[in-house]
Amino acid sequence: MYFNSNNLSALINDARVRNIGFQVLIIGALVFSVWWLMDNTLTNLENRGKSLGFGFLVQTAGFEISDTLGTWLFDYEVGVSTYTDIYFIGITNTLLIAVLGIFLASIIGFTVGIMRLSNNFVLKYFATVYVEVIRNVPLLLQLFFWYFAVLGILPGARSQLEVLGGLGGLNITGLYLPAPVFQTGFGVVFFAFIASLVLSYGIARLSKKKQEKTGQGFNVALIAPVLIILITGTTYVIMGGPLDWTFPEFKNTGPIFKRGFQSDTGMVLVPEMLAVLLALTLYTAGFIAEIVRAGIVAVSRGQTEASYSVGLRPGVTLRLIVIPQAMRIIIPPLTSQYLNLTKNSSLAVAIAYPELVSIFAGTALNQVGKEIEMIFMVMSTYLVISLITSFFMNWFNARVKIVER
Amino acid sequence: MNNISIVLVAIVAAAAGYFGSTMTKNEAPAPAPAAEKTETASVEATLNAVKAKGFVQCGVSQGLPGFSNADDAGNWTGIDVDVCRGVAAAVFGDASKVKYTPLSSKQRFTALASGEIDMLSRNTTWTMTRDTQLGLNFAGVNYYDGQGFLVPTKLGIKSALEMDGANVCSQTGTTTELNVTDFFRENGMKFNLVAFEEADAVVAAYDSGRCDVYTTDRSGLAAQRTKLANPDAHMVLPEIISKEPLGPVVRQGDDQWFNIVRWTLNAMINAEEMGVTSANAKSMANDNNPSIKRLLGTEGAFGAELGLSNDWALNIISQVGNYGESYEAHVGPNTPLKLGRGVNALWSQGGILYAPPVR
Repeated sequence: MYFNSNNLSALINDARVRNIGFQVLIIGALVFSVWWLMDNTLTNLENRGKSLGFGFLVQTAGFEISDTLGTWLFDYEVGVSTYTDIYFIGITNTLLIAVLGIFLASIIGFTVGIMRLSNNFVLKYFATVYVEVIRNVPLLLQLFFWYFAVLGILPGARSQLEVLGGLGGLNITGLYLPAPVFQTGFGVVFFAFIASLVLSYGIARLSKKKQEKTGQGFNVALIAPVLIILITGTTYVIMGGPLDWTFPEFKNTGPIFKRGFQSDTGMVLVPEMLAVLLALTLYTAGFIAEIVRAGIVAVSRGQTEASYSVGLRPGVTLRLIVIPQAMRIIIPPLTSQYLNLTKNSSLAVAIAYPELVSIFAGTALNQVGKEIEMIFMVMSTYLVISLITSFFMNWFNARVKIVER
Repeated sequence: MNNISIVLVAIVAAAAGYFGSTMTKNEAPAPAPAAEKTETASVEATLNAVKAKGFVQCGVSQGLPGFSNADDAGNWTGIDVDVCRGVAAAVFGDASKVKYTPLSSKQRFTALASGEIDMLSRNTTWTMTRDTQLGLNFAGVNYYDGQGFLVPTKLGIKSALEMDGANVCSQTGTTTELNVTDFFRENGMKFNLVAFEEADAVVAAYDSGRCDVYTTDRSGLAAQRTKLANPDAHMVLPEIISKEPLGPVVRQGDDQWFNIVRWTLNAMINAEEMGVTSANAKSMANDNNPSIKRLLGTEGAFGAELGLSNDWALNIISQVGNYGESYEAHVGPNTPLKLGRGVNALWSQGGILYAPPVR
């Protein structure tokens, strides 16, 4: 009696009821598909005699890993370190490439982008060719190219090219540099360094405020470095110089494999890392260059003309007028490029750089066999890294946005 | 409005409850009847699926001369390829009914476990972990191998024990890395490992001088040495540091398919032992020797036990050849790999190749 046709049509014609009805249907469909996928996976795993579980994380690993920041940081030792250590070593190596890559790619990208807009024909032509070539060749090929090109020109394992006046050396097994050894008390020096940085930043803010009020700030470019060096230096001396260096040792005699650079002396940057960094940086810089160029071109021509008419030179105009306005157009696509760089580092497995995908979702996966858990862990890790990056970039974007009146 | 929200919450709660119970159900040990039910369901499944498809999907390497390698016309050859062709000959009577999927060492087990391929014939080492933890079964050994080292002759190294401090290149995701780490640890030597995903990258890095030593199975060393710029400037060190029995792999739970693959390999080995070759197989079917008659199907109904026709072995031998023919054609002393039979000779000729009899 309640559901006669009049009541039903009244129900359906009500917009609110329709909206809520669709929501219920969509949520129901979503929940159902997720449930169906998971149920399907679990049933199939059961049929094949495999089980889910994260217990493998405490098993020890039986394979060796190249010397990189990760293995140094986590003291990797075969037969002692567990798969959890391998997971963190992978993350460290990936983050190293990501951070250095983002930093270098931004610098190169901005430079090339601005070069492309210059009036100098050679600079413009070089930048154009660079961008066109880099963007049109697949990254994996570029990676192989740089790796084998780098390997091809370096001297053999038992000779060296001296760098830093003999303190370090370069050959096909890596770039060997002096390594810092931190003694007790270095923590205080580091803290003093950070404190001096904060202080300089505070002084810069003060100077800006003073400039807005009175038209003249203090010379921060001079004061800040002096302050940093002074504070850090004094703390260093007070703590008794808690920094030691180990230098790479090069031997020319003895059994053939003992010649060349001795391991565990100094710090080594393996050619794989250099090649990955080079390839990723140049590749991403090509895209960043185009983003920067687009941002700058988007600033209306009137701004530049007005700036010239007031008497500002092109360099100053670019720095103070054009780029701040261009930044709000540049930053969102720039975020995408940074995320791309982080994820593209996973290609490093092709040239033996031990980052997360290579050692955890590669070698370890093959030994342990728990694909679903490990791939899930790796995907979540990349997701978290990417979210942190874009969160920071969005905050930065909000800060440099121009507030329209 | 309130009614609708109540309905919404009820749906979500019901779904969560059902889903939660499904998860916990699967974490507890599966009850025996359920396990039995799934096993009988998948027995005979592969053979039926293969017959319905009309070809065997064979997982092979990405190009290892002698074992599974494609020529420039796209034809695959090698001793691993011959095992797949043998299975196709046994099932369809036509050894050409095979499609090949090149797989990296990282993908190979997942491809087999997921059903993407019917069998894996990819110079895969039979180990306990792989046999027990991956839901797979090894159907036999078609090449007894061991891991070795390749070094440039000009370094003057004569033995693997002189390799303290060496840079070693290998492929990642294989038993190779584990074995070489164990070897260096046992002998108290240090080394640096450079592990690439693709075998071609390993060979290129070794050739460029990035590492001093290239390690993989000795058959792989012989095969990849042919790809170097100057193959004769390199030598294989005498030490064999591991046991690497290479053989075909199938999924667990399908005993019939497992038997087919296992007995295809056994038939090829038995044929060589009895002197049956691809040339004389048809005429030997009426030989006086009862073992030959049983093998080739003239006597007995062994084919029916496998779910195949009685001339299953006759088809294998006449179209693919026996084990010795396959070996000589792809990895023997007259091929660029130049591998002698060594331990892969028949048991009656000083090796360890021994197949159970067809009776």
